[in-house]
Amino acid sequence: MITWAELKTIFQNSNWNQNPCIVQILGLCPLLAVSTNLINGVMLALATIIVMSLSGFVVSLLRHLIPYEIRIPVFILIAATLVTVVDLSINAFMHEMYLILGIFIPLIVTNCIVLARIEAYAAKQKPLHSLFDGAFMGMGLLWTLGLLGGLRELIGGGTLFSGIESIVPTWTALQILPADYPGFMLAILPPGAFILLGCMIAAKNWLDARAAAQAKLPPPEPVATAGCH
Amino acid sequence: MPFSKEPTAAGMAVRTALILFLFVVAFTTVLASMHALTAPAIQASAAEEEMRMIKETLPQALYDNDLLKDAKELPATAEIGQDQPSKVYLATLQGKPSAIVLQVVAPDGYSGKIRMLVAVRSNGELAGVRVTQHKETPGLGDYIDPKKDKNKTRPWISQFDGLSFAKRTEKDWAVKKDGGQFDANAGATVTPRAVVKAVRKALRWAEANREQLLANSK
Repeated sequence: MITWAELKTIFQNSNWNQNPCIVQILGLCPLLAVSTNLINGVMLALATIIVMSLSGFVVSLLRHLIPYEIRIPVFILIAATLVTVVDLSINAFMHEMYLILGIFIPLIVTNCIVLARIEAYAAKQKPLHSLFDGAFMGMGLLWTLGLLGGLRELIGGGTLFSGIESIVPTWTALQILPADYPGFMLAILPPGAFILLGCMIAAKNWLDARAAAQAKLPPPEPVATAGCH
Repeated sequence: MPFSKEPTAAGMAVRTALILFLFVVAFTTVLASMHALTAPAIQASAAEEEMRMIKETLPQALYDNDLLKDAKELPATAEIGQDQPSKVYLATLQGKPSAIVLQVVAPDGYSGKIRMLVAVRSNGELAGVRVTQHKETPGLGDYIDPKKDKNKTRPWISQFDGLSFAKRTEKDWAVKKDGGQFDANAGATVTPRAVVKAVRKALRWAEANREQLLANSK
């Protein structure tokens, strides 16, 4: 089973120390393409939570059966199958939800955060731990993608929560900036996403450095990151 | 371990290949059974969705028949972007043909095919256009779907309503950036260009085959 202390460690790792978006810089392709507004970012993250916890759990269950040499094709097989299974089941049994989440789920197949967590975590850890690792990594993605999407939407169009009416029909988007705000297209386009993501990474490293300075510790080495798309 | 018990390279290769094969068989089985299990429900909701979409392209006042029943199969037609047989719905009002609804494909969207419904009235005017399926970039090109369009009072796709070649010449039938008359949001031109072009071709084709399409009823 899993203890509270372990759960807490996984939670902290996923949301801050090893945050998939601002530390591991993984899965940038769907991430930057989709995070054009807050709702889209959150929806992609929700779909990722479902897929990552499931794939982590299944791979961890099967981890002793998978020879090391062919682990990567097997992981991809498992991840792709699970994404399709999730896609089909949501389409068939929760069609309302599919209309909202549907376009995001196939994007996750190409998201290497799934494969990265399988390889780095689920292949070595117990099923329940892997399940929570996947879910919490997805949560780490949730707040970072929400923040990135929110910033892009706010700077790009002056609104927040646009698209919420497809989830709760009676709600509408919030107009934060004046209605005659001309919009700033760069924030919506992919370069804007890279710039804002860079700012978020810088802010995270600055917060870490400040916390270390207050604790009279040598500042932590900025984590070397190897992004992939 | 005695030397003779060490697996040979060939033995290892066969063993790994076999394991990989078993994994593939197992997971393909999962996929296939999942597909078989969900296919009826997915088809049912797709049909429901289809009818809902048709209702959006075609004003209720234009027909009094069961459109899903009065649908005919069209052979693959390049002019409407269909490389597979598609359906055409014939709307009739008191027995008289009033409009047709075509399933049109724009093959050159930003990320793949854009599927839509194009409703043409018997006088050659467009009754409405709706995008039914697309993979355009969320937040950028997806405003072709009125649900995702920020402009709720006059969504982009409503530009087509009531248009015909009598009202807009073929030369103007392009996005403004290409010298035509159709608006397009900045940053995503490929998507509206594909839609505008596909609707133009479909309308042209419907006009050329007007008699046959409308006579299809009996």
